[in-house]
Amino acid sequence: MTDTTTRSGTGQQSARRRPPRAPGPDDLSPAIRLQDGVVKYGFVAVTVLLFIYFALSEPAFGTPASIFAMLKFASVTAILGLGMTFSMVVGGMDMSIGSQAGLAVQMAAMTMVFYNLTGGTAVVVVLVVGLLVGLVNAFLIVFCKIPDLLATLAMMFVIQGVKLIPVDGQSVSAGMVLRDGTPAPGKFTPEFLLIDRGTIGPIPIPVVIMLVLVVLTWFFLARTKWGRLMYAVGANPEAARLSGVPVGFYRGLAYVLCSMFAAVGGLILVSRIGQGDVNAGASSLLEAVAVALVGTSVLGMGKPNAWGTLLGALLVGIVLTGLTMKGFQYYYQDTAKGLVLLVALLFSYTMSRKRVRYTPAT
Amino acid sequence: MPNRLQGVAREGSPVTPQAHPVPDHGRYALELRGIEKSFGANQVLKGVTLALDAGKVTALLGANGAGKSTLIKILAGVYQRSAGDILVDGLPAEITSPLTAAHNGVQTVHQRIDESIVPGLTVAENLLFEEIVQGGLPPIGSLRRLLPRARAVAETLDLEWSDTKLRTDVFELGIADAQLLVLARALVKRPRVLVLDEPTSTLSQAEAERLFGVVTRLRDEGVAVLYVSHHLSEIQSLADHLVVLRDGLIKDRQESPLDMNRAVRSMLGEDVVVEVEQTDRRHGGVVAVELRGVQLLKRSTPVDLELRYGEVTGVVGLLGAGKSELARGIVGADPLRAGTLRLDGEPFHPRSVGDGVRRGIYLVPENRAAEAMLPGWSLAHTVSLPFLGRVSPFGIINRRAERTRAKAVIAEFGVVSTGPDQAVDALSGGNQQKVVVGRWMSSGAKVILMDEPFRGVDIGARHDLSQKARDAAGKGACVVVLSSDVEEIREVADRILVMVEGRIVLDRHATEVDSEAIMTSMSEVAPR
Repeated sequence: MTDTTTRSGTGQQSARRRPPRAPGPDDLSPAIRLQDGVVKYGFVAVTVLLFIYFALSEPAFGTPASIFAMLKFASVTAILGLGMTFSMVVGGMDMSIGSQAGLAVQMAAMTMVFYNLTGGTAVVVVLVVGLLVGLVNAFLIVFCKIPDLLATLAMMFVIQGVKLIPVDGQSVSAGMVLRDGTPAPGKFTPEFLLIDRGTIGPIPIPVVIMLVLVVLTWFFLARTKWGRLMYAVGANPEAARLSGVPVGFYRGLAYVLCSMFAAVGGLILVSRIGQGDVNAGASSLLEAVAVALVGTSVLGMGKPNAWGTLLGALLVGIVLTGLTMKGFQYYYQDTAKGLVLLVALLFSYTMSRKRVRYTPAT
Repeated sequence: MPNRLQGVAREGSPVTPQAHPVPDHGRYALELRGIEKSFGANQVLKGVTLALDAGKVTALLGANGAGKSTLIKILAGVYQRSAGDILVDGLPAEITSPLTAAHNGVQTVHQRIDESIVPGLTVAENLLFEEIVQGGLPPIGSLRRLLPRARAVAETLDLEWSDTKLRTDVFELGIADAQLLVLARALVKRPRVLVLDEPTSTLSQAEAERLFGVVTRLRDEGVAVLYVSHHLSEIQSLADHLVVLRDGLIKDRQESPLDMNRAVRSMLGEDVVVEVEQTDRRHGGVVAVELRGVQLLKRSTPVDLELRYGEVTGVVGLLGAGKSELARGIVGADPLRAGTLRLDGEPFHPRSVGDGVRRGIYLVPENRAAEAMLPGWSLAHTVSLPFLGRVSPFGIINRRAERTRAKAVIAEFGVVSTGPDQAVDALSGGNQQKVVVGRWMSSGAKVILMDEPFRGVDIGARHDLSQKARDAAGKGACVVVLSSDVEEIREVADRILVMVEGRIVLDRHATEVDSEAIMTSMSEVAPR
């Protein structure tokens, strides 16, 4: 800046000399630096403090068994939140994620109970169905140009409704009576139930899956070309297009990945509940949205990201486990989740001086 | 001179009774005295003094950023002036809101028609919208009861709209009818002063002529019209007076006959005409891009053009001349309306910018903030975005290579920054532009099109960027710079093209033309 003003040094220019751009951290007032610090580390601090509080006040809370239970509980939310993270990275939001998890629950149950097939087959079926639903979402958003929120909202209702038809609105469980009056031939196989109940060393399998997916998502979004281009599409689609980025492809890819994560989350869920509950996944949408949004405010990232989403899921897990141990009834849970989200949004939108780069497009 | 107004009768229009009496001689319908307006430290209007005669059309001309829209918004009551006086019929008037503007007899038809109509309501409701909002008419009730009043409003413009048309959703109206609707609504109030901001930008030829008929009639009825337009042919045929706004001041006032050449020069700034050193101007070699029968604008004739390697082609034209359409069509950002492209002699049909980029055709878009910047992105990320594959073996970004590229751009273009990790938003305009130009130029550009690359850029950065453009052409690239500023183009170009309304009206080597000739051809009025 300085050399250009001297070069064009007319009186008018120097009168309008701009203040130095990009002030370093030392130029900021202590109050602003405190505010930045609160925004950046506040959420991590809240999570740690809550954990310490619950651990001190409820001796059972801090035990390894309790911690693993909590992590297991958080795993489905975290995985769906990671899926949601992809759709939010491209500037959208997948409203159908909960119903897709519910669809996965039912597809797995039907494969094993109705058709007496193996757990491995069920996994394949669920992943293929997840892929197909993701492609439909991508088609509606990219080719039919329906705004993300609306297309996936419609798909949410379609999936919720359609999945009830082959089961006559009933939950799928071993030994249930089929339409023709015969009992269902199959049951949940032991291997399949191991998805939720098994451990690797001391660590429950869902927790392992969650951690692997967090690392993969982080690596994909932060370290690969494809992830970077997804962020570009979300940050300014027109600038991305004029840089030669195939914007439609990356938006579509984000929704396909989102659906695959929903399918994986659904698999863990159905392995946990051991039946094809028609209501499974119903509350997952709001949890996934909440933890992904919490994630955008973590560590001052200001954009949807994998580790933030994980931390969001852990915080929700800590709060819900802690409240349950303190004897609060289940109906306090939604209030708690809502407050967690609200606090996160206050950090991101109200207190942050940095502009948050996620505002859902419609 | 043939023009769009031919055949429009000036006499014989029915003169409807005036709500406001015609003012005494010597008093203006509207007078602005020393109007100033600042936004923060940025003074946009620096004392505009301007008078509008009743019964005259006054054209307002000005380049981008001259302060036109600010002036219009002050007249419309959208903005408040920082200093100065507004007089209506010789009496001081306070225009503090759109409503008080209307009370003072000043009506404005804004450029964006879609912001003035309410989709979902019928044509009749839109015609009567202000009366409904202000409580003059019941907000609910039978549409049938509104129809007679709506018909009366439509008739102020001699619009013979049937009841069926009045009952349809305003969304179904064509853009021209919507324009007439907004105009009719403005005329209901019997304005003393009517401000029209770029009223023909979306109209077809026939629709535009219809509008001119209306404007002529209003003038003959004693309305003072302020007509804001970039279309010199319209101004030439329609306006009685002309004023030119530049840098927040009125730089030229004319009464008919209008000298468009002089107007364009005052609009672009004749006082900065400097003879550019023309020692190292080159002649291009092989044809890089060839356009055949390419139609750039809705109402323009097809263009044939060859762009060559080894020279800087400067394309100069006023806003809306079709420069951006040319650049965006070549790179594949927007489809061409008609015509074909050849690249290196072979047919080239880009369907996306990616097609252009893969063939080495790069575009630096006109609007940096909206089309090139990614909010919050670092310099390194912004630089690597178009060529991420080159630093990402197996899809994994090599961050060291990425930063090296950014450092190269910083060094080569002299970007003043704290380094590759600084957010580009935090840089000054000139340095931002160096980043978005440098990321393309440092990546083996074969053809590079730069649309208004010097906008919002300080003189130092502008000099650096044009030197880089000249260097690139010297190394054999086909460089195209598009701008509305004659001096910018003369500073950078080997060959100069002048565009007017989608056509190329002048194509010369830079040593063969001076600013005078360029401005003269820019002010050429298209034969119709």
